[in-house]
Amino acid sequence: MKNFTKLFFIFAKIGLFTLGGGYAMLPLMEKELVGTYLSKEDFLDVTAVAQSAPGIMAINVAILTGQRLYGVPGAVSAACGAALPSFVIILAVALFFRKFAENPVVVSVFKGIRPAVVALIMVPVFNLAKSAGVTFKTVWLCIAVALAVWLLGISPVYIVLLAVLGALLIDKKERAK
Amino acid sequence: MIYIKLFFTFLKIGLFNFGGGYAMISFLQNEVVYKQAWLSTAEFTDIVAISQVTPGPVGINLATYTGYATSGSVWGAALATLAVCLPSFILLILAGKYVFSTREKYPVVWRALRLVVIGLIASAALTLCNAENFIDYKSVLLGAAAFLAVWKLKRGPIFVLVMSGLLGFLLY
Repeated sequence: MKNFTKLFFIFAKIGLFTLGGGYAMLPLMEKELVGTYLSKEDFLDVTAVAQSAPGIMAINVAILTGQRLYGVPGAVSAACGAALPSFVIILAVALFFRKFAENPVVVSVFKGIRPAVVALIMVPVFNLAKSAGVTFKTVWLCIAVALAVWLLGISPVYIVLLAVLGALLIDKKERAK
Repeated sequence: MIYIKLFFTFLKIGLFNFGGGYAMISFLQNEVVYKQAWLSTAEFTDIVAISQVTPGPVGINLATYTGYATSGSVWGAALATLAVCLPSFILLILAGKYVFSTREKYPVVWRALRLVVIGLIASAALTLCNAENFIDYKSVLLGAAAFLAVWKLKRGPIFVLVMSGLLGFLLY
């Protein structure tokens, strides 16, 4: 078996056996990759770069690992491996759900699930605010962003662009001093 | 042409989302529910729930399911998934090292992005707080209980979603 096809299956295994994605995947990735494919330092390096890029972190880790080992073909096969199990499973669920969406049991179950989903999204806001060390001096930015998207329907794309440009301007000013 | 629109929408999200799965909800909500009106809030909330409890990266689950739900075809799902991965693929293959070095070169940018991501996730939660998701006082109580279970009792999303589904079955 060609080495990069092996990489495909390793990442497929990682994708298949982790729930929650992102950080939940790191321990299994470490177990599967460190020692056989990457050194410990390489793994830390790969995850750090993966978190600095936009997009989906687990896929970024796959791209970087694949590229480091076997170049672009390695990156493609690792990324496809990481994405394929969830692609297939979620499609199967979607097809199933479409068929049974009108089922009275499914309807009442999802009436209960929806408020809980909102709660699930609310919690990381507070946890992240704590870990990012948000203070009274900086919290206004979080609030302004939340209100702009929630009430004015401004696209998060513009907000990210504006934040990057604004931060670059502040950075330039600080350097000029 | 929905496929072309779908492709560029997810390409945009793949390029600008620096905040992982939860922040991606804010981008998707804005594009798919608010701007294009492809899905209702309730439909979108169901997609978020299912994406949390199926294996694999949440971002892939969200892209695949939203792509499928909006186009009604497997091709839409594949296109959305490909498009959301493409920007970081190109960026990392061509300039992975440089992307990382910006963290040290421009710390202000990264601090700002961290704050923006918190605001984006908050906006996703606030946007979903509407009459489609909170149909009566029972669902408000259920939401509050779920919040406490995750925040204070540190319960995982799967436990909370399964329990709330069970409660939904008993209550409605």
